[in-house]
Amino acid sequence: MSRIRSAFKKCREKNRKAFIAYIMAGDPDLDETKRRVLLLAKTGADIIELGVPFSDPLADGSTIQRAAERALSAGVTLKDVIKLVKEIKETINIPLVLMTYENLIYKYGEERFVNDAAAAGVDGVIIPDLPPDEALGIIKPARAAKLDTIFLAAPTSAKERLTKIASASRGFVYYVSLVGITGSKLDIGEELRNHISYLKTCTSTPVAAGFGVSNPQDAKEMSQIADGVIVGSAIVKIFHEQPDRAEEFIKQLREAI
Amino acid sequence: MEVPAIRLPDKKGYFGKFGGRFVPETLISALNELEQAYSEASKDREFQKNFKHLLSTYVGRPTSLYFASRLTEHLCGAKIYLKREDLAHTGAHKINNALGQALLAKKMGKKRIIAETGAGQHGVATATGAALTGLECEIYMGSEDIKRQSLNVFRMRLLGAKVNEVSIGSKTLKDAINEALRDWTTNVRTTHYVMGTVFGPHPFPLIVRDFQSVIGSEAKKQILKAEGRLPDYLVACVGGGSNAMGLFYEFLDDNIKIIGVEAGGTGISSGEHAARFAGGSIGIFQGTKSYLLQDDNGNVLGTHSVSAGLDYAAVGPEHAFLKESERVLYTYATDDEALAAFDLLAAKEGIIPALESSHALAEVIKLAPTLPKDKIILVNLSGRGDKDVQHVASLRGEEL
Repeated sequence: MSRIRSAFKKCREKNRKAFIAYIMAGDPDLDETKRRVLLLAKTGADIIELGVPFSDPLADGSTIQRAAERALSAGVTLKDVIKLVKEIKETINIPLVLMTYENLIYKYGEERFVNDAAAAGVDGVIIPDLPPDEALGIIKPARAAKLDTIFLAAPTSAKERLTKIASASRGFVYYVSLVGITGSKLDIGEELRNHISYLKTCTSTPVAAGFGVSNPQDAKEMSQIADGVIVGSAIVKIFHEQPDRAEEFIKQLREAI
Repeated sequence: MEVPAIRLPDKKGYFGKFGGRFVPETLISALNELEQAYSEASKDREFQKNFKHLLSTYVGRPTSLYFASRLTEHLCGAKIYLKREDLAHTGAHKINNALGQALLAKKMGKKRIIAETGAGQHGVATATGAALTGLECEIYMGSEDIKRQSLNVFRMRLLGAKVNEVSIGSKTLKDAINEALRDWTTNVRTTHYVMGTVFGPHPFPLIVRDFQSVIGSEAKKQILKAEGRLPDYLVACVGGGSNAMGLFYEFLDDNIKIIGVEAGGTGISSGEHAARFAGGSIGIFQGTKSYLLQDDNGNVLGTHSVSAGLDYAAVGPEHAFLKESERVLYTYATDDEALAAFDLLAAKEGIIPALESSHALAEVIKLAPTLPKDKIILVNLSGRGDKDVQHVASLRGEEL
């Protein structure tokens, strides 16, 4: 069982849902990223997603766009982030997932990326602009290297696509909880509940939901529907704007999920 | 012997190894819906009849093929013909595609269309299509481009479109496309994204090429009528590459030389350019796999061109395919060469070309004198230069 799946299993045993926290690697620099990862782990995140900055993040709203700009101006590359994961893994053993855009990986070399990432201790990868239809170049080496491939499902995905996405996903399926980009306004309604419920019937892989989960209340509601809740923009924002309040906010999220 | 052409893209939207569909999952259903609607519209006689009728009575097609005798005489070489897309309604070839997609959006029951624009020509064309079909319209444009194309910004507003300024990243066309894609991702259920060039995820490169291929099919008939034979050379500028694909497509199986001209900016070695084939490598960007100006880590580089419409880091996937298969030769013209061509056409023919089209003319200025007088060059004059007059004046230190 992968470390990501074990994390979901542990949550189930503790009768709660998985709290998945996203931060942008290199925002504002790599030392601070490491410090934030340790803080998130200590404060109760079950899985941490590290964004790798890309110049044109088209699935992201302004909070993460700006964070990527800060990280890029600090000169942070995919190679640096893989190295950072190796360092972090020497200290703690929390599941770490890289989230970035396909061009960085394509340029690095898909197979080389998978092997280097897995060797450094990366547990999974999320590539928002790479639907499973285009992902053979990643999936094949990832299966061999035991790196989890996490694909996105959306409210606009037809039923047959949900099956395809679920069967290509390892670790968890990332359900995009709104029609839009990261950090948009979330509306947890009947349609969303039904769609996630349907997705859960397609697969035994856990389903985690994110995009727009901005406060403990959203997180709580979402945790009643999905197996895990992903919080990104809100965490990036509080670390950037009110770093003193970050720990308290993360604790509240943990308690809500 | 004539080789039977393989019609591309394939079912997954690939031209050889280029193309595809690299977008967030949220957009996949809309792309499937678009593919389906387009395939139906292609077979729908009513739709086609209406489109053709509008192309003729509204856009003013066919645009003429003009023998540029004074320019030919001046260059002392091959005969030069201009395909006058500058005479199309709104002043450039962009209307062919924008109108087609506006009709398609209407057919799909969408209430709203959005588009990106660089030089503003596609924005104006889309706003025009929206006004004509009664759709809401929003245009995304980089703040850098808004500055140098203010005339077109005002035109879009006159036509009832909302123009959104994009001031993130390099503040040019690529950032406008990112924002348009984000808008589409958010409003995908009610909105159609009118992609302005042969770029983006499948089926956009196919749809835009098809709507633009009217340029080449007219030009072929016109040159056969005028000269009784096909031209020896085709020349067009290549930003995203829609005017070039529109001209080239009908001639791909013919035994003639085809040249695409990218923006060389202040020179390739300066790094200040938008010559993807001369200075780029294969990458995945804004939905498709093609040639891209990027750094060693895969981040997209800033570009420069005097012409906003060519100032873009990537190029349509079908062009990448035509480059690799060596069917089309890609070269570039610098800012200075384009500006000289801009002046020359105005002086010799009384036609002020768009700065984009001036890049194609710059190549003609180099090529024509090297050829005998019985050779024929057909160049796509993709747009008129009224929109550029202010910018060119300011480059020369004149205030209008």
